[in-house]
Amino acid sequence: MGTFLMIIVMAVFVNNFVVVQFLGICPFLGLSKRTSDALGMGIAVTLVMAITCLITYPIYNYILVPLGLEFLEIIVFIFVIASLVQMLEKAIKKLSPGLYKAMGIYLPLITTNCAVLGVAEMVIDPSQMAGVLGSATMNVGYSVLYGVFAGLGFTVAIVLLSGLREKVDYLDTAKTMKGFPVTMVTACFIAMAFYVFNLISL
Amino acid sequence: MDGKKIKNIALDGLLRNNPTFRLVLGTCPTLALTTAAMNGIGMGLAVTFILICSNVIISMLRKVIPSAVRIPAFVLIIATFVTMVRMLLDKFVPSLYESMGVYLPLIVVNCIILGRAESFASKNPVGYSALDGLFTGLGFTFALTFMGIFREVLGSGSLFGAHLWDFKIEFFTSSAGAFFVYGVFIAAFNGIYTKIDSKIRALHYDKMMALTGEEL
Repeated sequence: MGTFLMIIVMAVFVNNFVVVQFLGICPFLGLSKRTSDALGMGIAVTLVMAITCLITYPIYNYILVPLGLEFLEIIVFIFVIASLVQMLEKAIKKLSPGLYKAMGIYLPLITTNCAVLGVAEMVIDPSQMAGVLGSATMNVGYSVLYGVFAGLGFTVAIVLLSGLREKVDYLDTAKTMKGFPVTMVTACFIAMAFYVFNLISL
Repeated sequence: MDGKKIKNIALDGLLRNNPTFRLVLGTCPTLALTTAAMNGIGMGLAVTFILICSNVIISMLRKVIPSAVRIPAFVLIIATFVTMVRMLLDKFVPSLYESMGVYLPLIVVNCIILGRAESFASKNPVGYSALDGLFTGLGFTFALTFMGIFREVLGSGSLFGAHLWDFKIEFFTSSAGAFFVYGVFIAAFNGIYTKIDSKIRALHYDKMMALTGEEL
């Protein structure tokens, strides 16, 4: 139970993927104009991250490591993610056209989202996971759990930013600060808020 | 090779389409690895090397790769070079390998590299593609180095690891400081760029028209 709680708090707040680790910044800045877009992207990313962890962790530990092919990890992972996203898009289109309408446009963008490749690289790296797991050993279950909550951390951050941007974009800012600069400064305040979670000790 | 085109490629990569400040691409490593100037240079040079190699190979194969599968093919080529760079750094510069951590494999999904492959290397000859990779990479390296120097001097009171003074504002090395510094740098770069650009255009309107041959 302690490990579960630890993974949740670490993945969502302390090591938040976007504002602490700077993964997935492109959709964070690009798709945070409206809260509904941000939420759709967040849910799609969470889904893909969970399934990616479920597939890449066993592939690395039970296929690449025994065969001594660890150096292929980047190539294998990016192909798993790209084909997964493609399959998911087809499956959702077939099974639930309503859901496809809501999040179909975000799916192709996820292949090049570094948060997804980042989580796949992180769960196979013992030095990265040591601070999260404590004394427990890594397994497929924990890796999926980390993927899900890292995705939720991404969702929390992007929804927060979109909420702020809906107001900030209408403010009368200096001409040179319009667009990206003012969004960056807004993100700076969210990052400051997340800084507080560094004080948590579990 | 045509001198005018080379000049255009160089100006595009370094200033007009600077990937970091004008296009705001490759933001993840920019924010994460500019806490120290050395990390910025390391990341910039790694990306430059991969960009030149992938641009050359993609440009060579541009007539062979069918357009339906071009994106997977580009990603495979980029991933191969990233794997090579990762092995080389691990062997020869272990300290840089450690500090770059998870951002090294993530060069694969860096939008600058895929962007140049798609918009330049797949349409232009090998020589120009190599130059485009070089100058886009250098534009990225300069941007990261500038931001790294700024954040390191203010945030930890040192420059390239050498201690300068005890005065430090830790905000600048924190994650919040990364967003703040990046935002201010984009605003400053674009502000100065538009000012200089409009002055040059006003002064040399006719000359520029003859040089680029396009409506201004």
